[in-house]
Amino acid sequence: MDYLIILIAAVFVNNIVLSQFLGICPFLGVSNKVSTSIGMSGAVLFVMTIATTVTYLLHQYVLVPAGLNYLRTISFILVIAALVQMVEIILKKVSPALYQALGVFLPLITTNCAVLGVAILAIGLENSSLVKAVFFAISNSLGFALALIVFASIREQLELANIPKGMKGVPINLLVAGLLALAFLGFTALV
Amino acid sequence: MAETINQKQNFLKGIIKENPTFVMLLGMCPTLGVTSSAFNGLGMGIATAFVLLMSNVVVSLVKNVIPAKVRIPAFIIIIASFVTIVEMILEAFVPFLYEQLGIFIPLIVVNCIILGRAEAFASKNNVFSSVIDALGMGLGFTMALTVLGSVREILGSGSLFRLSFVPENANTFILFILPPGAFIALSYLTVLFNKITSKTIS
Repeated sequence: MDYLIILIAAVFVNNIVLSQFLGICPFLGVSNKVSTSIGMSGAVLFVMTIATTVTYLLHQYVLVPAGLNYLRTISFILVIAALVQMVEIILKKVSPALYQALGVFLPLITTNCAVLGVAILAIGLENSSLVKAVFFAISNSLGFALALIVFASIREQLELANIPKGMKGVPINLLVAGLLALAFLGFTALV
Repeated sequence: MAETINQKQNFLKGIIKENPTFVMLLGMCPTLGVTSSAFNGLGMGIATAFVLLMSNVVVSLVKNVIPAKVRIPAFIIIIASFVTIVEMILEAFVPFLYEQLGIFIPLIVVNCIILGRAEAFASKNNVFSSVIDALGMGLGFTMALTVLGSVREILGSGSLFRLSFVPENANTFILFILPPGAFIALSYLTVLFNKITSKTIS
């Protein structure tokens, strides 16, 4: 039950993009086609899950016992940056097909604040455990994927629409994102 | 090359022509996430500007020492150190703001404006130009956040910097302090910004 609540809360109620504002850069940047947004979502799912696992263990078994809590930000971002590099190298060697699909998105993910944000949020969960933290990361990346793919589908339609000159480009995208966030607001009382 | 840069233009570009928020669309997460009031926007802007200034100074000082291959990780460590300093200062002296900004303080590390300026400007220019660049960009970002925060606070709470100008229980557009309001307000402010700047440039 606990886990179901985490899942629904992360995907619908506190959607990481539309209500917590994490990962807005890829949300606005790589959402012009549904196919690229699926690739990006896959890469985020992959990296976020691994990153949260590693940072959770690092926090629990190194930083807390050693009293080095203040190193959290520095150590987490280094771990994520190194991890992204490693994932890229390993994937290239082990699964060229997967690398083909996710490769271009991996470098972008280092500066995706959703990954660092979820890693930090995961250590603050109530009665946290490793399983819970990892499940939290997976739920949040599913929430990211949902928001990104829905947004990309709307943008594909938008290409054909007649938009006032001043609203073209960024403003109309932000407005669409706003309406999408408004729709997600409807889930508020769910959990 | 550094001498030929016109410092006045260098300063002003961050505010108008290359405004990080309205033109470059960098650092959108804190822009949308913390601007439910003018005070939060101002606080976040100043914190980011401080990190930007310090990291620009350090990066331009050590630019010749860092090998090109490891420059991005090196920049990230420099930035993360200053973010940790800001985190500690805010927690100690402005605990109220620290609570309000929450997770967005450690996330200054991944604010693309800071890494972007380190990579695009500070690693190629001298310290003085980098300081001016950081001040311009920082001010542009702070102004954008404060304006967005003010608009959202006025419409959403009927107050500005916590000074209320509507009676209690008045009906305000609560939408604007909720997440959708952030996107909508920024959307229309960008239109307005483009309108104004396109007139002054042409």
